[in-house]
Amino acid sequence: MPDEMLHLPMVNSLLERHKGSPGALLPILHEIQEGIGYIPDVAIPEIAHALNQSQAEIRGVISFYHDFRTTPPARHILRLCRAESCKSRGAEQLAAQLRERLQLDDHGSSADGSISLRPVYCLGACACSPALELDGRVHARLSAERLDALLDACREDA
Amino acid sequence: MPAFYLPGDSLARAVGAEEVVVALNTHARGRVVPLEVKRTSSRGLYWLEPLLEVDTPQGRIGFGPLTAADVPSVLEALQGEPSSHPLALGLVEELPYLKTQQRLLFARAGITQPLYLDEYLEHGGFEGLKRAVAIGGEQTATEVFDSGLRGRGGAAFPAGIKWRTVRATEAAQKYIVCNADEGDSGTFADRMLMEGDPFLLIEGMAIAGITVGASYGYIYVRSEYPDAVTTLRNALEIARSNGYLGNNVGGSGQAFDMEVRVGAGAYICGEETALLDSLEGKRGVVRAKPPIPALKGLFGQPTLVHNVLTLASVPLILAKGAQFYRDYGMGRSLGTMPFQLAGNIRHGGLVERAFGLTLRELVQDYGGGTASGRPLKAAQVGGPLGAWVPPSQFDTPLDYEAFAGIGAMLGHGGVVVADDSLDMAHMARFALQFCAEESCGKCTPCRIGSTRGVEVIDRLLAAPDQSGRDEQVIILKDLCDTMQYGSLCALGGMAPFPVVSALKYFPADFGLHPSEADQ
Repeated sequence: MPDEMLHLPMVNSLLERHKGSPGALLPILHEIQEGIGYIPDVAIPEIAHALNQSQAEIRGVISFYHDFRTTPPARHILRLCRAESCKSRGAEQLAAQLRERLQLDDHGSSADGSISLRPVYCLGACACSPALELDGRVHARLSAERLDALLDACREDA
Repeated sequence: MPAFYLPGDSLARAVGAEEVVVALNTHARGRVVPLEVKRTSSRGLYWLEPLLEVDTPQGRIGFGPLTAADVPSVLEALQGEPSSHPLALGLVEELPYLKTQQRLLFARAGITQPLYLDEYLEHGGFEGLKRAVAIGGEQTATEVFDSGLRGRGGAAFPAGIKWRTVRATEAAQKYIVCNADEGDSGTFADRMLMEGDPFLLIEGMAIAGITVGASYGYIYVRSEYPDAVTTLRNALEIARSNGYLGNNVGGSGQAFDMEVRVGAGAYICGEETALLDSLEGKRGVVRAKPPIPALKGLFGQPTLVHNVLTLASVPLILAKGAQFYRDYGMGRSLGTMPFQLAGNIRHGGLVERAFGLTLRELVQDYGGGTASGRPLKAAQVGGPLGAWVPPSQFDTPLDYEAFAGIGAMLGHGGVVVADDSLDMAHMARFALQFCAEESCGKCTPCRIGSTRGVEVIDRLLAAPDQSGRDEQVIILKDLCDTMQYGSLCALGGMAPFPVVSALKYFPADFGLHPSEADQ
């Protein structure tokens, strides 16, 4: 992906802003991902240099946290809560419904590539389980019908 | 037109509050007097959300749970007899669910607008800081100690001891760290507080800062709570521009400021030492203790680490005095606890009560039993590392020591209710699978044990005969024992709780006779 180089000015300007603040790596990674959608490979040597750390340390941090991506995301990101509260209200049935309807591959991407399904463990919506987050917005008190309606809206948008 | 109140809380919005606001504004457009909707925090009566409240001379009356389609009929009912509406709830503060609670920490929940400093001040805000400044650090630390406040994150360590330790430790730089990485399923009190009453947390941290001599603080919020992050950041700006943060906190002559940091989806970062590593920009790996964070914490400096609810309890303790707080609770569990009812429960929500009410009162009287209407099977108390408690033990009082006595724990006060359709063998397997996924990898019992545990449960469930099952049960129990006593932190140390309790109380789900699981 040669166009990744285009992101470098943005990466360098935010590094300049953050590098004096203690423990800045997580805020830096969040900001890069927010701006670009993922953390491109070309950013890693730049971050390592700015923070005076090794590239291995930076990669180690990126791979440790579930939130960070190193490849571009699908158009829609759907995070279905799979924790205890939602399981007690049928989250597993919703997961099966999603797998069938979206024909997910092993990485959780839909057959048409427009939706990426990822698990999440608790959205803090437990009083109204089950819940999911679609493109940053939480939907609770889900039913099979409401889930279908949300997916239909994604499809129309695609 | 009277004032309307509708929560802006993220869960209220997740069940349709925004659609209700849009409908309200649409229908109000034709009216002569414009309609004003104040976006308050949530009362925590989540099964009634979206809960619309309207001012009347007698107090606020409520309607809920509303959908956008109900809005025209509600507006019409308000012109005549409001109680005639099918979703009318009457006076909200007279609802038994709310009226019987003892709301100290959540006194403003559902009443004020989160970012309106004047409303916070009108409702007792910054009284605690004022008193702390007046009585000085030594006396403030004593008040916290005398109140009996214990860490609300789960470990229940006496807060006053930590305060005195950090205060007595000499260092050029000390820190206050708020653990807002509320990752336990079934808990949402931290989220409600941060979204709904952000100045309370700021006030608690400011008091902590000037008392122990820390000039900087961090609130580490999990990334799954973006609304809390935004609200807190806005509240920090407001507090700073009004002199509650900065070089002269509340007129004390002392400096304290803070910032919000966002986690990145790692459950282990709710463990205090992993959280400190994460704040330092590292992988969230658990540290061996000693040294304790109070002596060597963030960046190697003395650090006071507390959960959101612990810090948010401090302003009230200072404003009303230690004795006022101690008068709530039982035994060594003093004050109130915001319990959170979740899972398969009819009336899910927040119940703040003094320690000591029973689990049965909480689940039956407040919760109203299961949402599905099917028989109650068990409740998991204290998050994914808590034990599954069977109904036969529901008369246990909600008290740290009483729960420890039955091999369970209160943790952060979350209660996940399950009906008879939930397969406990599946849940036991999930507990270990979750542990395997979230383990930081530092200690062997947790890193390896969790994965082996999933395999053992799979073999147990697939075993063709009794001797095969017996063999796997012995291995599983042995493994749980190793994890419980050999792990470095609570993740590996307590992940066996849901497994062992499921095995003990629900052997049939594992294909076992009661006698087999009891060996």
